[in-house]
Amino acid sequence: MRAYKPKDNVQKKPYYTDRYYVAPQVPKYDVASDEVFSSDLDAIKAKFEVKESYIQVEQMVIYINPHDIYGVLEFMRDELQYTQLSELSAIDFLAKSGEFEIFYQMLSMTKRRRIRVKYFIKQGQAVDSVEKLFRSADWSEREMFDMFGIEANGHPFMKRILMPYDWQGYPLLKTYPLQGDEFAAWYEVDKIYGKEAREEIGPELRDTARVDRYDSQRFARLGHEVPKGTEITGNEPKNPQEYQEEGGVFMVKKFDKASSKVIDDPQR
Amino acid sequence: MAQVTNRLTPFFENITFDREDNEVVLNFGPQHPSAHGQLRLMLHLQQEQIVKAHPDVGYLHRGMEKMAENMIYNEFMPTTDRMDYIASSSNNYGFALAVEKLIGLEVPRRAKVIRMLLLEINRLMSHLFWLATTALDIGAMTVFLYAFREREYLMDIIEGYCGARLTHSAIRIGGVPLDIQDSFLHQLRIFLNKFPQDIKDYEDLLDTNRIWLMRMEEVGTISTEMALSWGCTGPMLRASGVAWDIRKEEPYELYDEVEFNVPFSDKGDNFARYRIYMEEMRESAKILYQCIDMYEKCVKDGQTELMAHSPKYISAPKLDIMTQNYSLMQHFVLVTQGMRPPVGEVYVATESPKGELGYFINSQGDAYPYRLKLRAPSFWHTGILTDLLPGHYIPDVVSIIGTTNIVFGEVDR
Repeated sequence: MRAYKPKDNVQKKPYYTDRYYVAPQVPKYDVASDEVFSSDLDAIKAKFEVKESYIQVEQMVIYINPHDIYGVLEFMRDELQYTQLSELSAIDFLAKSGEFEIFYQMLSMTKRRRIRVKYFIKQGQAVDSVEKLFRSADWSEREMFDMFGIEANGHPFMKRILMPYDWQGYPLLKTYPLQGDEFAAWYEVDKIYGKEAREEIGPELRDTARVDRYDSQRFARLGHEVPKGTEITGNEPKNPQEYQEEGGVFMVKKFDKASSKVIDDPQR
Repeated sequence: MAQVTNRLTPFFENITFDREDNEVVLNFGPQHPSAHGQLRLMLHLQQEQIVKAHPDVGYLHRGMEKMAENMIYNEFMPTTDRMDYIASSSNNYGFALAVEKLIGLEVPRRAKVIRMLLLEINRLMSHLFWLATTALDIGAMTVFLYAFREREYLMDIIEGYCGARLTHSAIRIGGVPLDIQDSFLHQLRIFLNKFPQDIKDYEDLLDTNRIWLMRMEEVGTISTEMALSWGCTGPMLRASGVAWDIRKEEPYELYDEVEFNVPFSDKGDNFARYRIYMEEMRESAKILYQCIDMYEKCVKDGQTELMAHSPKYISAPKLDIMTQNYSLMQHFVLVTQGMRPPVGEVYVATESPKGELGYFINSQGDAYPYRLKLRAPSFWHTGILTDLLPGHYIPDVVSIIGTTNIVFGEVDR
């Protein structure tokens, strides 16, 4: 029987699993244990609904409602001095719960604190753009769209950023294989020659370490090249390659190993 | 193979080059020597003045975040080298620190000192590279040659340590794999004694140079609000009036034990950034002197451990692996299956030479990270060109790209 491979997550899996292994947790601390965080949290809670909050690895994490995000970030920027949006992206939990988790990494330079604001959205749902608040979200949201297909409402230029504009598929989804899908494999061929040329050209060899010993055109037989079409016997004479012209070049001396001096003191 | 009719036609993504108005669309890059890599800038010009800039990135996209989801943690370390390949140890370090925070490891002091030595040497290498290439873009060939000479010396020291010049992979999760070689401190001291004079040489060539000043002063001015809004970090932010250095404000390693200043300026133009790079080199040299003393104290105190002791996550020292059965078994499991950090999330920011280098790791308790987000500073330093370039003239583009110090291994990841 073939091994069962889940289709909703095609990323690499460990080949050995210990079914009695229970993964430990990174400790989560109560927000009350930090004065600055707890006062910030109270201020946010007074205006918006906070579903969950805790401190993990020195940073506070809060979960909010998706439609509150613009308001929360604006409030944090203007009232709580979280003046920089360091990072913004998504995590694909589609296989587990059919949702994306979106996180916003906020930094306050005056308080020296970092807060991660999070919420879940369903597949196909769009997020509210915060590009008006933080210009850095312009590129981050484009990257999120590029990698996950999550659109941001109100974004001025919702186009792909890292992948080509005409790319199909969203590379960071768990359903997207590491080697790429069919579209990726034939991207250049389809674009330049058309789909009908696929058979004629053949798949691209992506293994860079592959060496074809019968390929005399691609220098696979360096030093033992044969003219094209000639039968290869394996007993071709070595054809040493000299990297200096006959008679020498002006001002350049031929390297002579015997007369060269070797400096053996590494300290110089 | 039969000859196929070539249907290759220019593909300009809906940009019309014939226009009714007086605007010219100039395609700057992706193969432009002063684009510092694979940056394609589409510039809309009125005469020589830029009215709209559209940076297009992604020509070096290798999908590192995707690769990380398919690799065990230790496997990913060499990949991080390829982000900011000018200072690869700082990338290694950021990743190592993030994983260490995730699993809650304490690194031995001697390893910390070695890491700091590497980090600061990397900062010097990166800043020297920045100075050399930017000066070359502006036309100052001599500075290029001088700065590369010093960088070469540093690369030799690093090469002696880890065998590589650019892609170091010199830091491991839990410490460092090797002690520094015997000649390391000696060579570093020779360098550091000479270095202040070198910086002065560069400054003599540039500081009052009329061409340099014309290309740098009051060009590419970034206001504080703009820098904060665009997520600028590192020298870009410090040149715009915010004295924020993660080494100082959220100290990691032993940065709270060393003395150094955080240079900043409120000008925000190219020249301010240039000055900050020069001052930072001086500060780095200061830190390196202190690190040498710290290292020698470690040797004197007999602290020899280089890797953290945590059998669940980190392999035992080589001697134990070769002599003790249980260590060998642990090592085998960790190499073949990889460590499994606890379930949780971490975002760790470090001050790389370019700015805030952040690693966000979401672990679901597997040997592979569930999600790894690389927060590379250059990404936003490229994005800011959209707002920064309009109003400037074509020659300013080169100097502005130069002082933003973007590296495309990092932008595209």
